[in-house]
Amino acid sequence: MSHLQNNELALDIRGLRKSYDDGIEALKGVDLQVASGDFFALLGPNGAGKSTLIGIVASLVRKSSGSVSVYGHSIDKDPNAVRAHIGLVPQEFNFNVFESVMDVVTNSAGYHGIRRAEALERAEYYLDLLDLWGKRKDMSRTLSGGMKRRLMIARSLVHDPLLLILDEPTAGVDIEIRRSMWEFLQRINDEGKTIVLTTHYLEEAEALCRNVAVIDQGDVIRQGAVSNLLTEAITQTFIFDLENPQDLKLQDLPAFDAAEQTGALLQGSAGDGITLRWRENGQLEAELPRGAVLNPLFDLLGYQQVRVASMRTKANRLETFFLQLVDANDATADATPAVPSRESSVQESRP
Amino acid sequence: MNSSEPDVSGLKEKPREAQTTQSPAQMNATYQQPLLLNWIAYRTIVRKEIRRFLRIWVQTITPPAINAVLYLLIFGGLIGSRIRDMGGVPYLDFIMPGIIMMGIIINSYANVSSSFFSAKFQRNIEEMLVSPVSNYTILAGFVTGGVCRGLLVGLVVSVVALGITQIAPVSILLTLLVAVMTAVLFSLGGLINAVYARNFDEISIIPNFVLTPLTYLGGIFYSINMLPEFWQGVSRFNPILYMINGFRYGILGVSDIPIVQTFIVLLAFIAVFAGIAIFLLNKGVGIKH
Repeated sequence: MSHLQNNELALDIRGLRKSYDDGIEALKGVDLQVASGDFFALLGPNGAGKSTLIGIVASLVRKSSGSVSVYGHSIDKDPNAVRAHIGLVPQEFNFNVFESVMDVVTNSAGYHGIRRAEALERAEYYLDLLDLWGKRKDMSRTLSGGMKRRLMIARSLVHDPLLLILDEPTAGVDIEIRRSMWEFLQRINDEGKTIVLTTHYLEEAEALCRNVAVIDQGDVIRQGAVSNLLTEAITQTFIFDLENPQDLKLQDLPAFDAAEQTGALLQGSAGDGITLRWRENGQLEAELPRGAVLNPLFDLLGYQQVRVASMRTKANRLETFFLQLVDANDATADATPAVPSRESSVQESRP
Repeated sequence: MNSSEPDVSGLKEKPREAQTTQSPAQMNATYQQPLLLNWIAYRTIVRKEIRRFLRIWVQTITPPAINAVLYLLIFGGLIGSRIRDMGGVPYLDFIMPGIIMMGIIINSYANVSSSFFSAKFQRNIEEMLVSPVSNYTILAGFVTGGVCRGLLVGLVVSVVALGITQIAPVSILLTLLVAVMTAVLFSLGGLINAVYARNFDEISIIPNFVLTPLTYLGGIFYSINMLPEFWQGVSRFNPILYMINGFRYGILGVSDIPIVQTFIVLLAFIAVFAGIAIFLLNKGVGIKH
């Protein structure tokens, strides 16, 4: 991303460090660039530093060193411009639960300098868009979890920010609401808003985002286009439901391992290394190395007259890549002292 | 997402009627008008604060009024009828300004301490911290909310008191000035308390163990001229003494303290408390990591 000029960047983070008073180093010199108009995923395990990074960008956490710019405005020199350009949907519900839905949104508009009449219009627009208009007079504490998530999105959009930051926006919501949120986010991204998303649902990142950064132990360990990163995945695994599994004879494969009860396809270069194994429920699991294709497996199944009823991926490709990346990083870090989880310590110290 | 996926009709394709009237480019220019932005934000915070204490008026307005009636009836009406004039005025009249002032002090303090701490506890203070509103505006908004509640309680107590004793302020302007400045001071104190508080117990410690004793010892029920000289000197270290006497001077025209000293004390404490409060907000103490 270094080829991007500053005026093309929605978010430009360089050498960002954060050390807490108790000595925990949450961020260790993060470099991160997000292009204007991008739909960007920030991935990482719990305690990786994602929320700290978002907190710094949103003025909720003080950085130790480094620079942060939003649309060319420095968080140090022009913090109000940065705040005006950002809409934040935090991980935890943080609106006043004793205020009405309408008040939550209009008050936020007021803090951004939007006049009352205008704030009411905007609140109506976004509450309607997010299907909350019928709840506008209700106390916000009475909303369901999915509605509360949508309320936070409405609140974050009411001042028309150019950069929307969502910290696990679909955590704890059912699949229907999650899918509808995806569609909504996709739409506002299409309309020009830059979106930075953290999520633990990696299928969400794969479905929505064009670019991704993986952060682990306070540092960005990989950043790039989702499509490029997926090609780096070492393996991916498919699950097959077979109509007549008894007809498949893994032991006939030339590389059958009797101890492991697995067989490997060795016919043709494209199928080299596909490992087959039975699952407990009679399903067939096929693990493909990078670059392999499924055709040799289908040839084998056809040859043994095994009928495939359905197939699916065991985990989505980005999830597989993510786990491989974090595992590799953890293995490297094992040689150095472990960094305690910042998120857990912050939670405990919160009043 | 294809058509076989779950129904996504929960979110509408188009808004019903309303349209945003400012484009992002126009909107982003608003932060370049900091005075306008902060004025609108200030009004928003004040409206929110007033609505908050009016919404729970049974907890915020009624108890001080009932307390004031009891004080006036018991201390002023029953016991006071057996006490000679104090400071040249009937005892019931003498204690009335102090009782009104007690309501103003306690309620302006409690409003800001509970509201700001709740905002911190629920983390909705973050709504303000992520917006371009300045810390001065946040401070002014919360303090104005506290002043409004303090003055409303003072007004209610005054109306109740007028049903028991008939007096008219010697100087409405002076009375209001002392009342407003006192409410500002204790609103600032409430905010400082809330910044440091880690739980709800810690916002009730100061009112219970500091404010209430100082208020009672601040000359509500007696003139410090009744005290031995040593205790008169000690009483002069109690800032609330100056406020109660200043307020009494505005209503009755009598005071143990020269009115100039009241304003000096008030201005000095307001300046110090405001400085501390804005310093804490700028440092993000208790609200930022």
